[in-house]
Formats: sequence, structure tokens, C-alpha cells
Amino acid sequence: MATLNIDIEKEQQRVQSELEKQGLRVLVCAGTGCVANGALEVIKKFEEFGVKTGVMSAQDKITIIPTGCHGFCEQGVLVGIPKLKTTYVKVKVEDVEEIVESHIKGGKVVERLLYVDPKTKERIQYDEDINFYKKQTRTALANCGNIDAESLDEALAVHGYEALAKVLIQNDPNAVIDTILKSGLKGRGGAGFPTGLKWKFAAANRGGKSYMICNGDEGDPGAFMDRSVMEGDPHKLLEGMAIAAFAIGADEGYIYVRAEYPLAIKRLRKAIKEAEERNYLGKNIMGSDFSFEIHIKEGAGAFVCGEETALMASIEGERGMPRPKPPFPANKGLFGRPTVINNVETLANVPVIIRKGADWFSSMGTENAKGTKTFALTGEVNNTGLIEVPMGTTLREIIFDIGGGIRNGKKFKAVQIGGPSGGCLTEEHLDVPMDYDNLAKVGAMVGSGGLVVMNEDTCIVEVARFFMNFTQNESCGKCVPCREGTKNLLHILQKIVKGRGTEEDIETLEELSAAIKDGALCALGKTAPNPVLSTLKYFKDEYMAHIRDKKCPAGVCSALKQYTIDETLCKGCTKCARNCPVGAIEGTVKNPHKIDQSKCIKCGACYDACPFKAIKKG
Amino acid sequence: MVEEKSINLTKVDEIINSYEGKKTNLIAILQKVQELYSYLPMEAMTYIGTKMEGLSPATVYGVATFYAQFSLEPKGKYVIKMCDGTACHVRGSMPVYNSVISRFNLKNGKYTTEDGMFSVETVSCLGACGLAPVVVINEQVYPKMTTDAMKVILDDIIKQERE
Amino acid sequence: MTNTLFINGKEVEFTNEPNLLEVIRKAGFQVPTLCYRPDLTQFGACRMCVVEIKYPNGRVMINSSCTTPPEAGTQVFTNTDRVRKIRKTVLELLLANHDRECTTCERSGSCELQKYSKEYDIKDIKYVKKRPEEYLPIDRGNPALVRDPNKCILCGACVRACSEFQGHSVLGFANRGSKTRVQPLNGMALDKVDCVFCGQCKAVCPTGAITINNEIDGVWKALNNPEKKVVVQVAPAVRVAIGEMFGMPVGTNVIGKLYSAMRKLGFDQVFDTNFTADLTIMEEANEFIERFKKGENLPLFTSCCQAWVRYVETQHPELINHLSSCKSPQSMMSSIIKDMLPKTKAAEGYTKDNIVVVSVMPCSAKKAEIKRPQLMTNGQYDTDFILTTQEFAHLIKSAGLDLKDMEEAEADSPFGEYTGAGTIFGASGGVAEAAVRTAYNMLTGENLTNLDIETMRGVDKNSKVKDTVLDIKGTKVKVRVVSTLKEAENSLQEILNGTADFHILEVMACLGGCVNGGGQPISCNDATIKVKRAQALYTEDKELTLRNSHDNPDIKKLYNEYLEKPGSHKAHELLHTSYSDLFKGSYKDLK
Repeated sequence: MATLNIDIEKEQQRVQSELEKQGLRVLVCAGTGCVANGALEVIKKFEEFGVKTGVMSAQDKITIIPTGCHGFCEQGVLVGIPKLKTTYVKVKVEDVEEIVESHIKGGKVVERLLYVDPKTKERIQYDEDINFYKKQTRTALANCGNIDAESLDEALAVHGYEALAKVLIQNDPNAVIDTILKSGLKGRGGAGFPTGLKWKFAAANRGGKSYMICNGDEGDPGAFMDRSVMEGDPHKLLEGMAIAAFAIGADEGYIYVRAEYPLAIKRLRKAIKEAEERNYLGKNIMGSDFSFEIHIKEGAGAFVCGEETALMASIEGERGMPRPKPPFPANKGLFGRPTVINNVETLANVPVIIRKGADWFSSMGTENAKGTKTFALTGEVNNTGLIEVPMGTTLREIIFDIGGGIRNGKKFKAVQIGGPSGGCLTEEHLDVPMDYDNLAKVGAMVGSGGLVVMNEDTCIVEVARFFMNFTQNESCGKCVPCREGTKNLLHILQKIVKGRGTEEDIETLEELSAAIKDGALCALGKTAPNPVLSTLKYFKDEYMAHIRDKKCPAGVCSALKQYTIDETLCKGCTKCARNCPVGAIEGTVKNPHKIDQSKCIKCGACYDACPFKAIKKG
Repeated sequence: MVEEKSINLTKVDEIINSYEGKKTNLIAILQKVQELYSYLPMEAMTYIGTKMEGLSPATVYGVATFYAQFSLEPKGKYVIKMCDGTACHVRGSMPVYNSVISRFNLKNGKYTTEDGMFSVETVSCLGACGLAPVVVINEQVYPKMTTDAMKVILDDIIKQERE
Repeated sequence: MTNTLFINGKEVEFTNEPNLLEVIRKAGFQVPTLCYRPDLTQFGACRMCVVEIKYPNGRVMINSSCTTPPEAGTQVFTNTDRVRKIRKTVLELLLANHDRECTTCERSGSCELQKYSKEYDIKDIKYVKKRPEEYLPIDRGNPALVRDPNKCILCGACVRACSEFQGHSVLGFANRGSKTRVQPLNGMALDKVDCVFCGQCKAVCPTGAITINNEIDGVWKALNNPEKKVVVQVAPAVRVAIGEMFGMPVGTNVIGKLYSAMRKLGFDQVFDTNFTADLTIMEEANEFIERFKKGENLPLFTSCCQAWVRYVETQHPELINHLSSCKSPQSMMSSIIKDMLPKTKAAEGYTKDNIVVVSVMPCSAKKAEIKRPQLMTNGQYDTDFILTTQEFAHLIKSAGLDLKDMEEAEADSPFGEYTGAGTIFGASGGVAEAAVRTAYNMLTGENLTNLDIETMRGVDKNSKVKDTVLDIKGTKVKVRVVSTLKEAENSLQEILNGTADFHILEVMACLGGCVNGGGQPISCNDATIKVKRAQALYTEDKELTLRNSHDNPDIKKLYNEYLEKPGSHKAHELLHTSYSDLFKGSYKDLK
């Protein structure tokens, strides 16, 4: 047992009483999504009001808290008033006055700014009644959206650094590893390797210099949970890293963040600075013998740097080309020293496991996958956003309950899970309890947790082409199967969407995919064919329609479709002609228009623009 | 044509020194140089590769051409980044992108307009998937873009520039 | 500690093999590889050496054997369907994107990609072929190396060689994905980017992407021209390597057979560069003693290696005063041939203008050396052609000869006699050892009692730096021997920061010296080849009666009759040279 010079309980009490003085807390989401929707202007407006009106009638004081991402990005700007148990959605600057006057001062809810349930069309006032939130179990994301991400005090108020204090007092690194092992926590970045085991391997090399790295290079298109944690609760991440570093005997750490996340970088820098100033990080943390310094490394735009050995190469200032394993980072990692690399979400789970115990964590989830998992729910679903549910939740619950079903009453077709390394699942998989093993069995993977929902208007071959184009662009170019193999997969898929595919192409796709899977150097290469393999498995008909019938059933592939104007529906409004980028549409006002097929580039601008649904594709 | 600023090696030196000349900071150094010039001039890369221990001009060039963030050509005053992540893609990022490309008549791998005003590029996921499709112009994020909305935004910028 | 594992069912012992691939080879099996080079770090990029590994816990993994450490109790399978499928796919993918004009390729017959394509029966390439517009220009802008990016398979061996041997990284990867290339900065020509032309990139290249500028045709033309007197000289390291190209055991010294082949080919005079190696020692030992006495420009840098000389000129012009002013043995030979033969052999028709000097060298940089403006006399280059060991073997073969069938012969007088000191020039440490033998004599008047200075020997990757302190009757002389420019740079840094305490610095750019030169027969797959070649040189040294350069009777005669004494005016005119600052105005000089 060790004694610390910071009494975390006393600190929590102090912070609580400080927070009491804030009066009515108004939480305005200042995550990337809401900022894009004007959150900063909303905050400014609120602040003007606070100053202008002085003492409120209902409350002594209001305090505006800019928070991290709530996850309900679809509905931004989100304004939450916890004491009044209300969350307003799609708030604009001009709505601020009404919220203040009517609700805060007058006690009358502003109905028109409440969330509308897409199924029942009812307006819902209380968070706990909104399906999007109701079905979630927030652990890693617990504080995101509920605290001021830029304040260490706010983090302390929600148990921040309590777990770190606990392990430092206990002073037994092996006990920390045992707890994590027992909790069953697995890596949330993709591969699902047991976190405790990773730590144990690295801890076996304790003694010399070791490193603790946090992988914040969230490159999977369609995933943004790590961004939300870094932006919304940076101290939890720092605490998780410090606990891991203590466990493995590291005194230096790096957070590798994508350059595309400037806000996350800014907030992390601020959090590190404040934590160091107040001795929650740095030399002799809280008066203990443990010291831990964290640096931030900004990525520069390379998906492959999410692969751990490539990430280390990038930290070392080199091209992010993966290195062969073995040696594994636990033995020979950054600068040739033992290293643990964990993903952001994994580390965000660590403090709460230490605080509430391994049993609490392992009581959630399935047999082989414990705890909760975040998913980024996007695409053609009503409620896009970031969610967290226990492992084993089904796709149906996520897409139809939390997600509120498919947009515009369209039909569900598939969901792409796990990003470019994952696969496409269909109707028949909606009731599979999602965990690492179950998804692997059906040819997909949890990956980082991107869920892109697709409706009947999505062409699955085009989606496979999209992913292959992505992987090909992002291949590091080092090993032959990935560099040359993905190029050829892409070439074949391009042929198919252009209507020039042959039946032998299907065979080549399958053969080449198998060789890439077996032969590529790194995990990214090995999983690159997954989108092709899974779509071939479940949507072979659609491939065949492109190849044999030269048709794109979803009407997406431009080479296989034609836009025509239905003269009976055309009112001659000229909107299509004005939107056509190549001037392929002719016609005079109030007379039916015509598309010149030789000029048409099949971009679909006319189709989107027509107010009378007179443009037909097919 | 886009004007190329002349290279001030003293400034590049300052950047190298602010990172203690360490090879491990090469990416950060290149980011700072790019901030300065809006791209990575060949002279700057040659200089860094010659000056810094453990590097060579070819190595620096190798790093610069590996990461998508770096540009070897001057960029326009307004850099339009069209997100083409999965979520944006299924929600129609490409028609928006194509409308910009054809408006500026950019082809054959060119992505900067003749007058040096606009550069257009695609990026893979900005992590704002809830707002798909997303466009970022310089620092400003534009959510839920359509071809119409894009036209209005570009018209505004051009109007502003004329004034 | 000895452990065992199983390869294709056969139990095999292993001890300290760095990887599974070496264990597989030791067991007598072969797995193909295009990127593994034992003297370089493992890269794992080509995926040809993949094997199926069954671990004792039942797990089956496919991994590259060059990057996997051997593990006791594992079952390794080298030819399963799965791994053969990977190899075949890799070959097909590479070939699809490759310039497949094999018949006109310099590496036809020695290309590893070609060899494996045959072994794996690649008949039909179903992948998307390289399009004409994707072809990149070939760099033929320098006298030494030809770089053809269309034959590059991106194995990265040259990039590693340039970085790990030379610390120079003239070549690097650029771009990523299918746009990845290996190239100098921004695709510039090699002669514009401080390449020293050591040819180690070529030595490790599995295909014809980097080759040496072939000058066989020019030599044939000279040989077939009755007006010309074609004189040939052969470097020390050639004699112990060229036999490999005729199926002779590695490390066979074939010098006698080589002389006869040269005569059969029609060379008018056959000389041995070993003679001028002895001459170099006379001049360089004398130069060292003078500098040592004055305490000037120490440490003295050897100047036999052109790649090293060019490195100092381009990277450290501030240190060119340290370079010995002696020409390389090759250049000395050409100078004295062109200066003396028109006088001594005028009767046989040798004139100032009709002599063609052909030098057979283990080296690509020599092709650049002979174009140095300092090595011209009266507007003519002293040396006309450099042929590498490989080129010379081709020359012999193209004349329909087989080296094996040649009888033993002697070189011609007066530049054919040599001592053991001259022959060891071909291995790293040899120049220094030879110089010390003679310097000792010059200072003391006596010969060293033990001529074998073992601390200066060794050519493997663990012998890149060798320090020796000699006690010359109470005077301590410290000699440093370095191979690879990366190590040389470390020594230069010591000099620049004032911590260097050595008096002589011998540098050879190629690992192990000329025995492993860029022009030697391909040996990059086996690290022991250069060791055996060096061994053959030391054996010859040991077997020769004369082992000190100053004891060479023809050298004595040359000084007596022509040059007077080491360092004389005439010696300077013929045997010494000067250096210039090549950083100035180069692509790196931005001021």
C-alpha cells in the first residue's frame, strides 16, 4: 500500500460543491457534428442571455457547458438541461431566446424543439423516454455529452482519476492486470485480442524502457466513437492510459490521433496540460513513485497507420508501412522497446472496470465477449449517431429500435459492419447476437464498430467497389498481395459495375481474395477482400445481374442506367436543365424536357432536382 | 497560376529546431512547413533531408508522398474537402463532388483551379458521419450537403472574393 | 542451445539461425524469396517464402519464413497447396505489372523473378497488364548504373542496401498503394542526387531494375580493330569470384586461367592490377609517413575506393584534404601504361594514341571513376573501358570459351608481378594491412615479423569496423578499417567532433570490400560467399614468397629506372591526383 498526497474523495467533494454553485447547467453539444450545425453560435447566444438578464426567475444562475459529442448527431445542435430533464434538438441560434424565456424563466417547455419519434410521431421531452438513449448502456461513452470536456474538475466530478488513485494506493501492477484479465475486456479496435493478455505479455518485459500507446487513428470510414471519447471525455482516456502504463511498467506514452480530428487534438492537449499541472499525470503522480508522460502524435492521413506496427513506424517518423509480426510489440515495439498499443475505446473502459470491478463488467455481454460496445450508426437509418450497447445486442435492436428504422419508409437491404475490413450482412442476420465470434462466423467483424445501413437503393456491387477503391488507395504498397492484389480486385469490380464483367471474373475474385487473405503481410491486407467475399456470399444474384443481364437492380451503376423524362409528369419547370452539369437537357419553359443521352454523364443531378418525380432511372 | 512563394530556409530551420531536429518528428515538421507554404516545396524537402541526421531527401520525399495530408503542389485559397467515407458515400457524396469538379472544369488529375482560388479533394471519413454527406471548406464544416447547397456556398465565396 | 523442429516431416536441429528460412535452407530445402537478403534487415514484402506452420498447440499459421523466428516443436510445411497458391498468385501479379521483355534484359538468365516463374509454371497471366502509358523512363544518365523502373518489383532490397550499407538513402520508396515506386528524390537521375555508384543496389536487386551499364560491345570493337593495342588489367577481387560464373566452387582463385582467357580473347598485353596495388602502397605509405611526421591532415583516408572518394567529395568536401592523393591502383596502372608503353614498346607499334586500356573490376563505381576529369591526360581518358567481373565472364562466354578449360598462365612483364600485399587489396582491411607492412619497413628498415594482422581482417556484417593499434618501435599508430559508408560516416563524425584518435582510415564502400563489390557475380542470397572469396585472397597472400609491396622486384625496378623514389616529382605526375568539392552546386546546395 502506498499513500498519495491527493485525496481523491476530498477532491470530489470540493468539485461537487463548486458545481452546485453553477446553478442551472445548460449542456450544449460542441462535438464536431454539432459545431458544424452551429453549436458555437448557440453557445454564444446563451452566454449573451446569461449576462444580459442576470438573475433568472426560476434559478439563481445558469451556466453554459460546452460538452463533447452526445452521439445523437442527426439531431444537432443538442441542448440538454439535466435539472429540467429536457433535451432540445435541432436548436438554432434564433431558438435560444425562446428556450430561456419560455422554459428556463417561465417553466414552460418549448414543444416544437423536442425530439419527434420517427415511428409514433410523438414529441418526447425526457431523455429516458427517447428510444435512441433508452436502449443504450453507456460505459465508455458515459460522460460524453454530459460534462465540459475541457475541465479537469468536471471529470473529477464524475469519478475521474478515482480508479488511478485506487491502483496507485494498492500499488500492485499485477493485480491490475489480473482485474483486466478477469473482466474479459477485449480490444475494441478490431481484432478483439484480450486486453489483459496483451498487458501481461508486455509486463513480462518490465524493467527497461517500455511504451504505452493509445491508437486514436480511427480510420474506418463510418466510425467515430474514438473521436467522441477524445473530444467528449479526454481525461478518461488519459486515466486509462496511465493505469495501463502503471500495469506494464511504462513511463512514456503516445496518443496517435488522426490529423482529420483537430478538435480531439486540441482537447487532448489541453487535458494533458491540466492533468500534468495538477499532478494527475507527469512525475510522481499524486505523490506516488509512478511517473507517466504522454505525448500527442498527429497522423497525416493514412488509414494503414491504424495497424499497430505501421502506427509505430509513423511515430518514429517513417512511412507507415507495417512490419512483420513476430516480433510482437509487447516484445519489440516502439523504438525496439516493449510496447502496448490499445485503442481509445478499450482504454476508456479501463477506469470503470477498476472502479466497479471485473465482475460488474463481465456481467454484461455474452459468453465470449464481455461488456459493452459502441457502434457508429450511419447511412440510411433515421437516427444516425453514436451508441453503446451490451455485447450480444442484435442488429435488429440497433437498427430498428435505437436507429428508428430505415429513412423515408424504404426497405432495409444490408448493413455494412466493421469498415473496409468487415462485411455486409443481410436481413437473415438481423437477429444474430453481435460479438466477435458470431460476426466472424457469418463473414463480418465487429471491427471498430461502424454500422452503415443500406436500403434498397444501394447497389451492393458498387459498395464492394467503393471499399476496394478505399483499400487500394490506402494500401501501403509494401507487400505484393495487397498492393497488386487489391488493384486487380478493384479492376474487376470496376469492370462489373460498368457492365463489362464476365462469369470468369467471379472465379478470379474468389481465388485472388483467398490468396490475399492468406498471403498479405498485415491484418489490413488480410482483411481487405472481406467486403468482396461477404457480398459475393450474400448477394451473388446482384453480381450476376450486372454480369449476365447487364442490369443494376438498385439502379445505381451509371453505365447500366439511363435517365429519361416522363413527359406526362414533366411540367417544364426547367429545374433539371439548370442542374445538369453538362447541358444535356433541352426544353423550353412549361414544355416537357428531353435528355440528350449522348451528352448525359448519368450523375443523377436532374433526378435529385426534379420536384415532380418526372425523371426515371433504369 | 498559383503563385509559389519563395522558400525561406531560415524559417524551415526554425521549424526543424523547434522540434530539436529529431527524425522522429519529421511528420510534424513537414506539417508545419506545409502550414507555412500551403504545400511542401521540393527545396524544403531537400533541405530537411540534408540537414537532419538520419534522413535523406529521398527519404523525406518518401514520407511526404506516403501521407495523404501532404501536397507537393500549392493549394488553392479555399480547399474543398469532400468526405467520401462510407456513410457519406451511401448518402450521395459523389454527385456533390462531381458537381464541383464539373463547375470548375477540373480534369486529368488536376485539383486546383487555374486562378488558384479553389482546390478540390476527397477525404476518407471526417468522423462526422451523422451529418453525411459532409464537406469541409478550409476549417468550416458543412453538413448534409446537396448539389444545390454546394452551389449556393460556392456562389457566396466567389461573390465575397469579388468584393 | 540446440532445439529441433520439423520441416516437411524431417526433424531439424537449430541453434542461432536468425529466422526460419535459414533453418529451412540448412535442412536442405529451398523456399523461394525475392526480398530476403541475409546481410540486410528482413522486410517480409514479397510473400514468396511463406510457409505453413503448425504450432504444438494445434494452431496453423501462414507466415513469411524470413521474418519468423524458429520455434521448437513446430511443424513447418514448405509446399502445401495454400502456400504454393500464394506464391503463384504473387508471381502472376508481379509479372502482370512487369516489363516482360526478358530476352533483351541484362538479367535474363540470372533474374530471380524469371527463375521462379519457370519453377512455378506460370503460363497465363490473368491479371491486368501494364499499359504502355504506364511505362516510366529508364535512367541511363551516368556511366555506371542503369535504372529501369519498369522492371522494379518493389522488394525494397536496394532501398535497404542504400540505407543500411551506405547510410545514404539515395533511393527511397515514394507514394503508396499501387502507385508506390522506388526512386531517387522525385524520380531524378542518379548522377544528379549524389549517388556514389557503389552498385550495392544492383547487387541485391532480384530483377533487371538496376543493372550496370554494359560496355562489352565497345571492348569487342577495340579487340577487333587491328590498329588498336588493347591492354587489359585485372583487379585482385576478380580472380576469386569469376570462377563462380563457370560453375567452379566459391572461393576458387582462377588468376592463371584468367590470364590465358585474356590472351585467347586477343588482348595484346595482360597486366595485373595487383602490381599497381603494390605501387599504391609505396606511395601511400610514404605519404602517410610524411603526414604523420608533420602531424598534417590526419587521419589519412585511403583513396582506392571510388565510391568512398565520391562520398567525401559530395558529402564532406571539408575533409577532402584527408584523402590520400594516390590514384587508385586501377588508375595508376592506366597512367603508367599510357605513359610508358609508347616509350618502351614503341618497336612493337605502341603509340600515344593507339593504346586502349580495359580494366576488369569487381566494381560499378570504377565506371564513374575513369570519367573523372582529373584522370585525363592530353584530353584523353587514361582508362578506356571498365568491365565488371560479370561483364568479363560474359565476354569470355560470348567468345565461346570456358574458363574451366583454360591452362594456367602468367601475366606480362613489367606490370604483372605482385606480392601478397597487393592481392589482399580485394578484401576490407587489405589496403591498411599492406600499407602497415611497408610503413613499418620504411620507418624501421626491418620487415614485420608477423605479417598476418588478423585484427584488420574479416568481411562479414559483424566486421564493419576494425580498430588496430600498432607499436612501431615505441610509436603507436592507430588504424581504423571500415566497410560500408554508413560506418564511415560515423568515423567522419568522430573526426568532425574531435574524438577521432586513429591515424589511418581505410574505407571500402561495399560490405567486406571489393570481394563483395557491385560488379561481382550475384551473391546476395548467401552471406558466406564473400567470406570464402576473401579467404582465397588471404590464402594466396600466405602462399606467395613475397608478401611486402616494397619487396616486389618489378616495383623496385620501376622506381630505379623511371620514378626515382616514392613521392618524387615523376611519381606525383603519374600516380597522384586531386579532389574537388562536389557539394557545391549540387541539388543539395541551396544557398
